[in-house]
Amino acid sequence: MRPLDTIVAQAGAPRRARTFRQRLLHGDQIAHAVTFVFAATIILITALLFYELYSGAGLTRQKFGWSFLMGRIWDPVALEFGALPFIYGTLVTSVVALIIGVPLGVGAAIFLAELAPIGVSSGLAFIIELLAAVPSVIYGLLAIFTLVPFLRDDVTPVLQSTLGFLPFFQGVSYGVSLLAGGSILAIMILPFIISISREVLLAVPQDQREASLALGATRWETTWNVVVPYAKAGIIGSIFLALARALGETMAVTMVIGNDPKINLSLLGPGYSIAAAIANEFTEATSDMHISALIELGFVLFCITIVVNAVARLLILTTTRRAKA
Amino acid sequence: MKRVLLILILALLCISCVDSDTNHTRAAALQAGQVLINGAGATFPTPIYSKWFSEYHRKFSNIQINYQSIGSGGGIRQMIEGTVDFGATDGPMTDEQLKQAKTKILHFPTVLGAVVPAYNIAGVTQEINFTPEALAGIFLGKITKWSDPELKKANAGINLPDQNIVVIHRSDGSGTTYVWVDYLSKVSPEWKSKVGVNTSVNWPVGLGGKGNEGVAGLVKQTPNSIGYVELIYAIQNKMGYGKVRNAAGTMIKADLASVTAAAAGAVKNMPADFRVSITNAAGKDAYPISSFTWLLIPSKIPDAAKKKALTEFLQWMLTDGQNMVEALSYARLPKEVVATEQKTIAGIQ
Repeated sequence: MRPLDTIVAQAGAPRRARTFRQRLLHGDQIAHAVTFVFAATIILITALLFYELYSGAGLTRQKFGWSFLMGRIWDPVALEFGALPFIYGTLVTSVVALIIGVPLGVGAAIFLAELAPIGVSSGLAFIIELLAAVPSVIYGLLAIFTLVPFLRDDVTPVLQSTLGFLPFFQGVSYGVSLLAGGSILAIMILPFIISISREVLLAVPQDQREASLALGATRWETTWNVVVPYAKAGIIGSIFLALARALGETMAVTMVIGNDPKINLSLLGPGYSIAAAIANEFTEATSDMHISALIELGFVLFCITIVVNAVARLLILTTTRRAKA
Repeated sequence: MKRVLLILILALLCISCVDSDTNHTRAAALQAGQVLINGAGATFPTPIYSKWFSEYHRKFSNIQINYQSIGSGGGIRQMIEGTVDFGATDGPMTDEQLKQAKTKILHFPTVLGAVVPAYNIAGVTQEINFTPEALAGIFLGKITKWSDPELKKANAGINLPDQNIVVIHRSDGSGTTYVWVDYLSKVSPEWKSKVGVNTSVNWPVGLGGKGNEGVAGLVKQTPNSIGYVELIYAIQNKMGYGKVRNAAGTMIKADLASVTAAAAGAVKNMPADFRVSITNAAGKDAYPISSFTWLLIPSKIPDAAKKKALTEFLQWMLTDGQNMVEALSYARLPKEVVATEQKTIAGIQ
């Protein structure tokens, strides 16, 4: 608390008369400068990351050019590098994760936010947020010892007898596969989808629900036709956050994906993801070309993430605009 | 904006002050006769290196050796750039890499390791014998069934099932892979031309597991599979593994003695710089998939205190140090190699 007379004196004096020192004491300048530096750091880090990855990949960019993205051979001995199997593995596991994770996650969020008693809802929400804090290597171990045998012995035979006519479910399965990678990713991204979607649904104003109910809608009609559309942008946001996490996940995926850089149409066959390849090979890569190829893989992953984020922005923008119209 | 710049500059100054402070403390430590040596490299020998460095520090409290197990590739890179005092690697440096380095780099073998074939065949509990042709055939994807004649021939009396072989290899770049494929390319010209030798290769067939534990886990879980793991890992985890036929034609099981015998068998053809692969070594008792692991030491060390500390450590490692290796399941160096290494140490300037 400032003494009364200084306040009076200041109020009496013209605003411009406040000295630099005074303004400094009141924190405006400092807060402005400090927060500016923090904000600038983030842009600086992103720019540096982009530059470092781009320049670090110079050797392979010169040698392979665009064909790096299309090449199917990854041979560290002959120094021939193509990223396509890794890009394929990364995208397929992420898509599988979304196919399994989105209905489960959004469904669970709707139940928790709209239908469950408040005690159950907040209790479960706490447990779900705990799941998000489990280290990925733990999920990987869970996947190796529980998920992979379960997929191999129980799920695969069922899939092959019912959907075996599709190319995605053909061939021999050893358990470790694109499907296993996608499944463990689905489990890992669930907490993100559920907890964010639940928050968004809870933030829908109560009068929206009341208005719908007053018009004679049932509880489910209110939820599905009013609440969920209102929260659509936030739910899509949670899904893309989950997708970004799935694209970059390393440890758990590499433990169950089979680490075989081939393009397998069958989800039951092994694959390889970008993040897994970098983590696996970087420590023991000795030749400059090999290191450069791994850095370029990182650059490709960075670009994929940027594209995904841009698409998410666009989607959210268009849905909110449509909702407003 | 000017003020913003000012604050940035102040921040930078603060950071540089902190930095120079740590330099001061380091200098103070050195003044008291302390010698700090930094090394980095291979993960495979990390347990024995940690043991050696801590034992040596207990003996000579003024000498502190820090070792970071960042992988052989990282060890070689840091050695070339001269950012560490010594490096460590599971595969010798290539001529090209040696040329890149500013000073001449010497290789010193420290201990020996071996890689063994581990398998899981439904209904088979006996030890399987592997001919070199069988191993190369399986990993090239040419031998696809356990009932293949090449496997049956060496395993009379064992009922090998008519099942597909699932090949499992390391997915991470590793010295273990280097030794394994180095052996395969020595016994199979086709492997040499098609796949080659590196810490990670373009595998013709198979699934990849991360680390020894990843390969072991996949082998244990996947019926009718075969993979390869470090001997130490197999011993410590009580895994069963097969015998391999050596260059002399004997089926031999990997153990510490047969691995040391492989090094002894290679002594005759040992080049002066120790950059030698001892896979498929001569000798009746030699296990064919064995390898040295090396310390990389610069031949010129300008800092007299560091030079003294490093050369004395190398001497100790070759004498007292060797007595500690077998407790950690590493095979010790044969006497002949120790003698030649001791001569090389004298050449460090």
